[in-house]
Amino acid sequence: MTAARQQTVTVWQGRVPLRVHVKGAGPAVVFFHGPWGLTWGPFLDALARGFTVYAPEHPGTTPGEPDAVQHVDSLWDLVLCYDELLEHLRLSEVMLVGHSFGAMMACEVAALRSARVRRLVLIDPIGFWRDDAPVVNWMLLGPQEIPAYVFREPTGAAAKALFSIPEDPEDAALARTRLTWAMGSTGKFIWPIPDKGLKKRIHRIEAPTLLLWGEDDRLVPRVYADEFARRLRQTRLEVVKEAGHAPHLEQPEVAARLVQAFLSDQ
Amino acid sequence: MKVSAFHLMPHRELPADFEKRHPSVWVTPPWWELADARRVGQYYNWTLDELLHAARAGFDGVCTNEHHQNAYGFMPSPNLMGSVLAKLTNDLDVAIVQMGMTLPTTSPPVRVAEEYAMIDCISGGRLVAGLPLGSPMDVNLAYGITPMEHRERYREAFELVLRAWQAKEIFPWNGKYFQLGMVNLWPRPIQEPHPPVWVPGSGSISTFDFAVENDVCYCFLSYSGARAASSMMDSYWNVVERKGLEKNPYRAGFLQLVAVSETDAKAETDYARHVEYFYHKCLHVPAQWFAPPGNQDYRSLLATNRNPVRRPEDPKTLRYRDFVDKGYVIAGSPATVRERLIEEVIKRLHVGNLMVLVQIGSMPHELTLQNIDLFARDVLPHLRQIWDDEGWENHWWPEKLRGARQAVGMTR
Repeated sequence: MTAARQQTVTVWQGRVPLRVHVKGAGPAVVFFHGPWGLTWGPFLDALARGFTVYAPEHPGTTPGEPDAVQHVDSLWDLVLCYDELLEHLRLSEVMLVGHSFGAMMACEVAALRSARVRRLVLIDPIGFWRDDAPVVNWMLLGPQEIPAYVFREPTGAAAKALFSIPEDPEDAALARTRLTWAMGSTGKFIWPIPDKGLKKRIHRIEAPTLLLWGEDDRLVPRVYADEFARRLRQTRLEVVKEAGHAPHLEQPEVAARLVQAFLSDQ
Repeated sequence: MKVSAFHLMPHRELPADFEKRHPSVWVTPPWWELADARRVGQYYNWTLDELLHAARAGFDGVCTNEHHQNAYGFMPSPNLMGSVLAKLTNDLDVAIVQMGMTLPTTSPPVRVAEEYAMIDCISGGRLVAGLPLGSPMDVNLAYGITPMEHRERYREAFELVLRAWQAKEIFPWNGKYFQLGMVNLWPRPIQEPHPPVWVPGSGSISTFDFAVENDVCYCFLSYSGARAASSMMDSYWNVVERKGLEKNPYRAGFLQLVAVSETDAKAETDYARHVEYFYHKCLHVPAQWFAPPGNQDYRSLLATNRNPVRRPEDPKTLRYRDFVDKGYVIAGSPATVRERLIEEVIKRLHVGNLMVLVQIGSMPHELTLQNIDLFARDVLPHLRQIWDDEGWENHWWPEKLRGARQAVGMTR
């Protein structure tokens, strides 16, 4: 299996370098990762068998470029950075897939220029708020608690791939720092409540949407699937068994099959 | 040497099993279960009486501070307290040290400049203007400020406040976080060009860099005593010297818990349970809340992660004698207290502005008055002349109060 190629596109008046992992052939799919950084794994590999997958790293989460996020002041700035990225990549027709915070970004990008987006996949998305079902603020959890909130199996392979800390002290320090900084860099746009106005913009999205939810999501209760479903024009909900907040990492084959089928369904 | 009495205004009567039943003393403690407004009114009045008592007993200054949603110290508005103290000490040479109103959560921040100017006017120019960053629990958790924007917002507010006090002309402020078309502060402070500025911190490198760059007094608010603070304060003085500034001890402040009794043994009898209450209950906060993601910049975060061995010990495993042995608390007879304060704190850390936490945890009113009296009578007079022979000027103290205060002694 070949590795994804990496390409950096600098946007926002030359201030924000966006590193993009690219792999595969076929129609363009852009994947927006969640709050813990990008992990290229079996899910994206599977998608790359039928599509050209572009996976940008959110500003601040790219190794060696922690300060890129300091030039992105607001959610509006971030949406326009991604708009510029798609322009640079000449992606005039795309399908967007996003996880968690990345799914909220996929919605925002789709709402900005809805004609560009043919299909949308939201994996355990955030973006709304209900007082009766609060989204857990993972940034307030202890480092030992987080895996059990993100994964159904906090000691499973998927959890290890995202959260394990290397033995070597310097590597361990870097890994801890990257993980915390990734949460800070994405959290900047959702603190302290991840309702930043998507409810006023989401009606602009025209693309048919697949909502993918881990059966045991402990961060974002499944009632939010209703919130998305009632605001989007055409949605389908698939619940992935034996998965938490990151079903594409915990059940990559199942998730990939559902997403591929949805994206291929003309 | 300038010595001020510091008060947190804590809940003094938390239940014995508080820390077992509740996850945190900050942000989430349930008011309806733990507190009673009439009783809390009594705490506020005790706090004011204790600080006034310290002012009358001879302390050079009285300190208040701002914190939110907690039972550890709940003066959400330090200026309500400070203005009472300013009015009632107008016959005394005592500084009103506001440690103070939190900049990043006050919007627009000219409100800080206005209220401080009011206190300076009421007190006849006795204000020390603490300009704190605020704790993450206050600023990020209770007041909703994005952790990654906390420091940047602070720096902008700091610059705005300093300019608002001094500007001779009306000016527009076109900032990133604050936009004001016509800044024209009423009132202005008595002290010119502006009241002395103290920046409190808890050991973050970026805060003392900021303090040195802005030529203010850096105050290390520590509960772990001088030994734990020594390497931190050494690096502060290194920064001072690297920038070519004089090593004036008044450039530094330090907060120390102090408990005085007739003898060391009596101090243990008097204060042990109150000290343990403070460390076991009042500091009961999940560790990660002190640094939510983004609050520390990337480089500081990496530096912290590279040196994880120097993590502070868990105070819940320590008892009174540990706290005293380790210097978290300096307690005992007047002789013990003054010797340790002079050697371990003042001389070792090279500190000219000492703050003393005179009321600790559950310490009741009468015992607090005793602590204040014994300190003022038998300890304070021995500290006053320190640094005098070196001839330093305390630029960070109200000009009219820079001379030595006469020892007052017992007032009851």
